[in-house]
Order: sequence, then structure tokens, then C-alpha cells
Amino acid sequence: MSDAPLLSVEHLDVTFHVRPRNAWPWTPPLKLSAVSDMSFTLGMGETLGVVGESGSGKSTLARAIVGTIPATGGKVMWQGQDLLALAPAARRRHRRDVQMIFQDPLAALNPRMTVGQIIAEPLITHAPDTPKAEVKARVGEMMERVGLLPNLVNRYPHEFSGGQCQRIGIARALILKPKLVICDEPVSALDVSVQAQVVNLLKDIQKDMGLSMIFIAHDLSVVKHISDRIAVMYLGRLMELAPSRPLIRTPRHPYTQALIASVPIPDPKIEAQRQRQVIEGDLPSPLAPPSGCVFRTRCPIARPECAAERPGPQAADAGHVYYCPYASAADAKAQLTP
Amino acid sequence: MALLEVQNLCVSFDTADGAVSALNGVSFSLDAGETVAIVGESGSGKSQTAFAIMGLLARNGRASGEVRFDGTSLLGLSDAALNTVRANQIAMIFQDPMTSLNPYMRVSDQMAEVLQLHKGMSRRAARAECIRMLDAVRIPDAKNRITMFPHEFSGGMRQRVMIAMALLCQPRLLIADEPTTALDVTVQAQIMDLLSDIRRDFGTALILITHDLGIVAGACARTLVMYGGQIMESGPTGALFDAPSHPYTAGLLDAVPRLDRDDDALRSIAGEPPDMLRLPRGCPFSPRCALARDICADQRPALDPFDTARHRACHAPREEVS
Repeated sequence: MSDAPLLSVEHLDVTFHVRPRNAWPWTPPLKLSAVSDMSFTLGMGETLGVVGESGSGKSTLARAIVGTIPATGGKVMWQGQDLLALAPAARRRHRRDVQMIFQDPLAALNPRMTVGQIIAEPLITHAPDTPKAEVKARVGEMMERVGLLPNLVNRYPHEFSGGQCQRIGIARALILKPKLVICDEPVSALDVSVQAQVVNLLKDIQKDMGLSMIFIAHDLSVVKHISDRIAVMYLGRLMELAPSRPLIRTPRHPYTQALIASVPIPDPKIEAQRQRQVIEGDLPSPLAPPSGCVFRTRCPIARPECAAERPGPQAADAGHVYYCPYASAADAKAQLTP
Repeated sequence: MALLEVQNLCVSFDTADGAVSALNGVSFSLDAGETVAIVGESGSGKSQTAFAIMGLLARNGRASGEVRFDGTSLLGLSDAALNTVRANQIAMIFQDPMTSLNPYMRVSDQMAEVLQLHKGMSRRAARAECIRMLDAVRIPDAKNRITMFPHEFSGGMRQRVMIAMALLCQPRLLIADEPTTALDVTVQAQIMDLLSDIRRDFGTALILITHDLGIVAGACARTLVMYGGQIMESGPTGALFDAPSHPYTAGLLDAVPRLDRDDDALRSIAGEPPDMLRLPRGCPFSPRCALARDICADQRPALDPFDTARHRACHAPREEVS
């Protein structure tokens, strides 16, 4: 990893304006802060996992970095250049470096295009001068790399299973040899046995091509397997960011601790012994997030001070940041092993 | 006598592409108050097993075999007779609570309807009972929230309403079909805790259908593993997870990423899930199985007992399965 990060997100905000149901036409729209004050860096060849429950803003974050959703504040620095300040045409030139893989593999593929056309499309869009023979060769090469037989090139997406469709999506994302791939829940629609295949494939390719990756998922166990560092989000805010192992073993933030305690372990002996602290309640409405710390309404160690102001970053060990001034290091690992 | 006995249950669907057999000879039994998990991937037939028991198969589906609940055979029962069993004896919770609740009816009305219809209760008594049940599933402020519509509840709360509704007639068997798949992990933990408390308090038997091995480990005493419409292996959950006797179970356990382990490689099962239209003649898992031998492609292995209360359907000797 070099000193200058490939990507550095600084105080990113994404706010949507939504009109509540039954509202008068003249009532001003409400502000929904989907991502708020998000900062992190990503080095060359590094994988950052982003976990959070539904509504935590993890997908919005991905789309704001790629540029399909406009950010309302902050900076997205790409190799030292702020992408948000660029004119659309200049920004488009950077698009080939950042590619995305989506959750629903079948929905992400155009049903009227053949697999070959789907995989070749980014190449034809971004490098229209590529000779036809080369396009064909690159598509074949890519298909082989992701474990698809090249003779399936003229088939249509509906002829493939979910796992194979996700391989097509991966091939399409990688044909431009991007520097960063953002995977938005790439395996959550797949069965366990196929999920492991796709996770292993992504890991191999990431290592081979020296890719940087942002891996978004709600399943902490999958994220842990693929990530160097993990960011935990809740209601649009960063709760904790740390290298994978310390995050799982010594989570600091009460939300991270609750999240780890909620993940079931496929081992009856461990499950029988685990002292689970289940957090009560549901996610508050993002339209009216709690004041101060957004987690305080469900937090087991919340105090009156939490409502007053948003907690600032606290540093634990190297690269371990969390946003809770009252947190103590819980040894979550101790709960996980008998 | 067993509460539920399923014997050689087969389900097939007539489709434009020909008959699809979703279940091929599933047999198991369940005692009163027992918890059994049915685990499998999509298309393994786990949900169809439940639908066949409940008589809820799609119109083009046909069930054969034998399903006995408390001595009465359920297959071939008239709709009216089946309805009394379904209401008073067996209840079911579905995956997506929003699509299972009627969006046009207040929660109070759709819950009370159950009691008015099946128990002949008055509106007032039914409503009081519903509030008591909503309290039991820990919905805060149940008295006031009972008049709300389903969309006014969060996903976790909706699933609680479903559970309360299923328990209204105090069934002896509760079938939960992926009850937490649509929920976030922290809410999933709440619902699983609730299910186990409720089960203990009411003494209900539970069939938990899920794809998540982690949930099974914490919730059920016995586990059935299904693949391609057949039971591959069954046994006490502890023994089955400890020493899987079927290559599919072993592969599945290796493929699950675990939070408590540091090793980073996931061992995947090669190949794709089976196409139910073109199932192999023999063992459905044989095309993906590392231990497959000649006999596996032609002959379906029988579900044979071994050890205490364990069964396996595999031609390979048990010693070869790690």
C-alpha cells in the first residue's frame, strides 16, 4: 500500500428531499440524511467492508462514490483529485476506474442482451476504438477468468443460475481493468454453497489484479472473510472503523458489540453457551433521527449526555476509530468460542 | 404416538415444461413439544414440505404419500375439515409478514376474525384476547397499537403480529417458514428469542424451515437436511453439526462463513444447485459430490438409520465423510 490513498472520502453527506404522504402541496419537503459526515480512506489493493442493517446508508454511500447519486457535501478524493468538483465530462473519464457489482444478479443484466454483449458493453462504451477481434478475445478471457465456459457467449441471462449470473456481473465489472470495484451485497441473493464460490472468486481476482474493493453487505461473517478493514454504519453514520480482526475481537462501539452478539454461529455448542445481549427496539425513522448519537435509543449504555451532541471520533489502537465516548472494550471473541 | 408423521411424501407440479417433482419420498416424525429444523437451499423442497402438510400447495401441485397429524390423515381431507385442523392444531408463520397480513384491515380486525370464526368468541372477548397475545409477543403499547394497519408497523413488529396471530388458537404445532429472512440481524435475534420463549411457555411443537445453519444451531433439537426434494440426513442437531454423516451437510458446514473462526478460506461446493426438471436418477447431490461413485448416478440411496436417532441417505461409507 502506498502512502497516498487511492480513494479518500471526507465528510461525505448525502441528503434526499422527500415529500411525506398526505402532505399539502405547499409544505416544504423533509430532509432525509442518508449518509452523514462519512470519512474513510482506501489504499491500493485494499478491501474495505461496509456493514450495517437496512437503512444504514451503505448502498447510498456506494452510489455517491460512483456518482449515480449526487452528494450534497464533503469530498470524494480520487488519487488526490476531488471527483465531486469535476465537470460531468471530466468525471465520466474516471468512471472506467470505478466499477460496480450489484445484489440481484439477474435484475442487473439486460434480458435482451447476450452474455457476450453484456460483458463487452463497458469496453465498447469507454474504448469505442477497440477492434472487434480484441473485444471478442477480451470477453472470452474474462469469461474464463470468472469460471464461465466461453462457448456460452451467445446465451441470454435467463438461461443461467443465480451464481452464474453473478459471475457475468463480475466479468462485466472487470473487463475495463478498473482500480476500484464496489460490490453492493454481491452474495446475499445466493445460496450458501454458491455464495462461498463467489466470495472465493472475488477474493482471488482481487489479489490477482491488485484491485481495491469496497464490499458492502449486511452479513458480518461474509464481510469479515473478505475485508482488510471494516466500517460499521448505523442510520447513515459511521459507528466504528477498524481492521477486521480487532473489530470482531475487541469491538468498542456498543452497536458493533450488539451486531456481533446477534450473528448466529452454526455450532450448537457455542450457541448454547453464548450470553447474548439482544438489543431492543427497531431502527428509528431516518426522517427524524435521534439527536446527538443516533444509536442512543437502542443503546444499552446510553446516558442523558448522549442526546446532547454527536460523539466525536475516539481512537483505540492503530487505525481503530469509534464514535462513542463511553464505550469500553468488550471481548466479543470470548463470547464466540467455548 | 408421534404428533406428526410424514411418510413417503411426494409432491409434483404440472408445468408447461412437464411434471416437476419437488419432493421425492420425504419421511419424518415429530413428537409433541419437539423442535425440528428443516435446512436446505432454495429449491430443496423445504417449503413445499410445509405447504403439503398444511394443504396449501399451488393449484397445479399434487401430493401423495401419508401425512398423519395426531392420528388423522391430512392428505385428502376436505377443505372444511382441513380448516379446523389448520386453525386449532397447526399454525404457520411465513417469511414476509407484509404480504401475509391483509393491508386493508386493521390488525385488531384481522386478529379478532380468527377467534370469532374458529372459537365463536364475541368481538369484545376476541379483542381482549388479541391484546393479551400481542403483549405476550412483546409489542409495546399493544392496547393502542392494535387498531393500526400493518404498514404502520416495522418489519420486526409485523413478524411479531404474525406470531401472535398464529398462536391465538393455541396450536399444538407451529410451522415457521424462514421467519427471520426478511429481517435485520439484531431484529432476527429478538424474534428467535421470542419464538423460543413462546414455544416453551405454550408447549408448542415447532418446525423451523430455514437456509441459515446458524439459526438452527441455537433453536432446534433435531435437524433435517434437504437437497433436491429429498432428506439427505437427519439427527440430533448437536451430533449432526459435530460429525456430519453426509457429504452435502459436511460441504454446507464448510461453506458457511463463521464469525468465530479466523481462517479466511471458505471451502465451496463445486457446481450449481440441481435443475428440478432434470433431476439425476440416483442421488440428487451426486453431480456435485466429491465422494460420488458409479452407483450414485443410478440408484437413490435410502434413508438408513445409524447411531442413536440419526439417519443418512448416502452410498459412500460414513468413514469417508469427514
